[in-house]
Amino acid sequence: MSTPKTKETSRIDFNPPSEGWMDTPVKIKPGIYCHPAKPEKIKDVDMPNAHSWSPLHDDWNLPENWKEIFFEGMRERLDKHRSFKIFMDICVRCGACADKCHFFLGSGDPKNMPVVRAELLRSIYRGEFTTAGRILGRLAGGRPLTKDVIKELWYYFFQCTECRRCSLFCPYGIDTAEVTIIGRELLNLLGLNINWIQEPVSNCYNIGNHLGLKPHTFKENIEYLVDDIESYAGVRINPTFNRKGAEILFITPSGDVFADPGLYTMMGYMMLFEHIGLDYTISTYASEGGNFGFFTSFEMAKRLNSKMYHEAKRIGAKWILGGECGHMWRVVNQYMDTFNGPADFMEEPVSPITGTKFENAKSTKMVHISEFTADLIKHNKLKLDKSRNDHLKVTFHDSCNPARAMGMLEEPRYIINNVCNYFYEMPENTIREQTFCCGSGSGLNASENMEIRLRGGFPRANAVKYVHEKFGVNCLANVCAIDRAVLPASMDYWVPGVNVAGISELVANALIMEGENEREYNLRGEEIASLKEEA
Amino acid sequence: MAMTFSFFAVIAIVVVALIGALSGLHFVFGVILPYAAFAIFLVGFVNKVLNWASSPVPFRIPTTAGQQKTLPWISDSKLDNPTTTIGVIGRMVLEILFFRSLFRNTSTELRSGNLVHGPAKWLWLFALIFHWSFLLIALRHLRLFVEPVPFLIQGIESIDGMLQVGSPPIYISDLLIIAGVTFLFMRRVILPRIKYISLAADFFPLFLIFAIAATGILMRFVFRVDIVGIKTLLVSLANFSPVVPDGIGVIFFIHVALVSALMAYFPFSKLMHMGGVFLSPTRNMANNSRAVRHINPWNYPVKFHHYDEYEDHFRDVMKDAGLPLEKE
Ligand code: SF4
Ligand code: SF4
Repeated sequence: MSTPKTKETSRIDFNPPSEGWMDTPVKIKPGIYCHPAKPEKIKDVDMPNAHSWSPLHDDWNLPENWKEIFFEGMRERLDKHRSFKIFMDICVRCGACADKCHFFLGSGDPKNMPVVRAELLRSIYRGEFTTAGRILGRLAGGRPLTKDVIKELWYYFFQCTECRRCSLFCPYGIDTAEVTIIGRELLNLLGLNINWIQEPVSNCYNIGNHLGLKPHTFKENIEYLVDDIESYAGVRINPTFNRKGAEILFITPSGDVFADPGLYTMMGYMMLFEHIGLDYTISTYASEGGNFGFFTSFEMAKRLNSKMYHEAKRIGAKWILGGECGHMWRVVNQYMDTFNGPADFMEEPVSPITGTKFENAKSTKMVHISEFTADLIKHNKLKLDKSRNDHLKVTFHDSCNPARAMGMLEEPRYIINNVCNYFYEMPENTIREQTFCCGSGSGLNASENMEIRLRGGFPRANAVKYVHEKFGVNCLANVCAIDRAVLPASMDYWVPGVNVAGISELVANALIMEGENEREYNLRGEEIASLKEEA
Repeated sequence: MAMTFSFFAVIAIVVVALIGALSGLHFVFGVILPYAAFAIFLVGFVNKVLNWASSPVPFRIPTTAGQQKTLPWISDSKLDNPTTTIGVIGRMVLEILFFRSLFRNTSTELRSGNLVHGPAKWLWLFALIFHWSFLLIALRHLRLFVEPVPFLIQGIESIDGMLQVGSPPIYISDLLIIAGVTFLFMRRVILPRIKYISLAADFFPLFLIFAIAATGILMRFVFRVDIVGIKTLLVSLANFSPVVPDGIGVIFFIHVALVSALMAYFPFSKLMHMGGVFLSPTRNMANNSRAVRHINPWNYPVKFHHYDEYEDHFRDVMKDAGLPLEKE
């Protein structure tokens, strides 16, 4: 299936049809949905109702008591999550959230308005769980649960990247991401996950990381990067693995170890650690920072997350340092300690280089690499030559979760300003807490759904296009492994000529390392002089 | 359909009250109905809030809308991303009294292939006007329920009437609430997206509140009612010794029936956002989950892949790769 041209995808109509959404049955289109989870990958991690099915078939082979499972699941979650209950009850349909979702802005599909996405489930809630809805039905905004409704829920909950942009604008803080998270849990009870999420979950659980890199492969991959560092920067680094007694356990998304351009970010981390002489180790067992379990159920998120503390304890690390990743940091910042704490076997994190106490992480004992690096720079612990990045005109994409589930806005900017001379912000309604999603978060970065990814990526890309045209921006910096994996495709499609880079890559390119060579090449093996000429 | 139904539902309330008042059922419409409605409101409201509160908040999930508190030299956003209780209270005050999040509203347009985002404050402004005038009106009605009228209520009334236009002087809040309701209604009819998402449950309260305001204004300016009689009735209601004087005027009973309908409808409707906004976990929690462990009351142990199982599974390749092992 070919992706439509930009001329077609940027013709978007924000006006919904006159036909009401309850009267419009779902039409499942290729290019928008992801392939169903393979049953064996569901069984691998003991999740329920694994079965074969196809989104395009009439019959999804649901278990016989599917309705009961769904309602029971809803009841249980209403009792467990005040958020869910309140968000089911108090939406006034003011529409403030309607045009805040990148999927709506990129597709014009009215059911991608956050309010409607949540109403898809709220209507079921009203029809089944409220007296008015049970008696008055549609007049009270209720509707019966049918197999078609299940299809609709599946289609639209897997067109939400759980970015929380809608929740920022809602006068009651209704977070449609929360509704999606719980909606996906319910679908998972029926065995209706997508494979792009389920396979990484199974890999991460059984092998150690989403990509399924076995211990020796994981180590080898990093050793290739070490070789690259040696050829481009002239320094030999010897990272350690699973080493007991290391002061710090470093965990980053496995994407950084495996795929371009995340690899350069990984090289960046290691060069930084070498530069400051950090006593750290990398684990092949807890070799995944990300957590696709979070896109499945809270329980799965917790099961995958368990490994971080478990490994830190085994190794005897004092604290954990985490790499650049978006949803990883949602889980670490808002869930990890609750899930798997207390982490009382570690110490309150202190930077061994500057002595700074990371008070904000004193319970969870996990610090973000950008917090760590910003502190190093502030204390003049890094020798930097920013002019090496002079061919880059940089803009910064705030990832959804560090922005709206953490608030890490200044640290990355401070770092960029210290390692690059040319930094330009995108328009104000598209950055910081108002940032637009890359369009492929929450496990929707497959290839079969490329059309919706590009559509969902449009608001972000369009803001990049603005600075690209205005200031000649050619580098989109970020702190997220999914961004690094998906933004290149979005840039190629919407704004050709913009590269994607993790911040730690930019840092390492500017680092003046002891014993380094002339540094004629950047970490990508490109000759800096000729890049400067081109720029 | 949603709109027509809601419209006629409100008309029906008016007609029933009209017939009732004309046929002399003053005790029913002046005493029993408001008492019953108020009881439903109170019990329903409290019940709903208790019901929400009975579900725990397992995770600390504030939506952060500003810089986090990390390194001492980075100034954090104390209200939009609070880490302390005081900060949270500040955030909630801004949210509840001034609709902070709605103030952030933007609108996005597609202009020659590009998305243009700009501020959109009208909804915020009219929502604020609507809610504040509603509150003022409710407060100044208290003067009808108590004797002597408290100083504060007198003050509100005289400020509200300070335009000194008409006789009796028109209340500013009356004008504002009509403007507010009209705006909120018009956007549901005119803006295609808002029309698309509107349900009967969105039109009904608007029509009801419009009808309440309209009958209130009519009572003051057109169908003059016996204000002394009304006060006698309302004070007697407040003292739980109801008396219904004669000659109060039919329009009053219609007004009361509409208000009763609103009260009785309230706890079962989206109007409960009034209570819900206080309990919304994305707004009323501090972003300090890395510094203070948040406890999930139903946290339970889960099965996970233990390191030992991992090493057992991969021991050979690990050994070949020179990775340290627990057991050789
Ligand atoms: S902004 Fe909030 S209240 Fe308004 S429609 Fe969206 S979810 Fe509902
Ligand atoms: S969380 Fe993000 S993707 Fe999901 S509905 Fe809200 S704005 Fe859209």
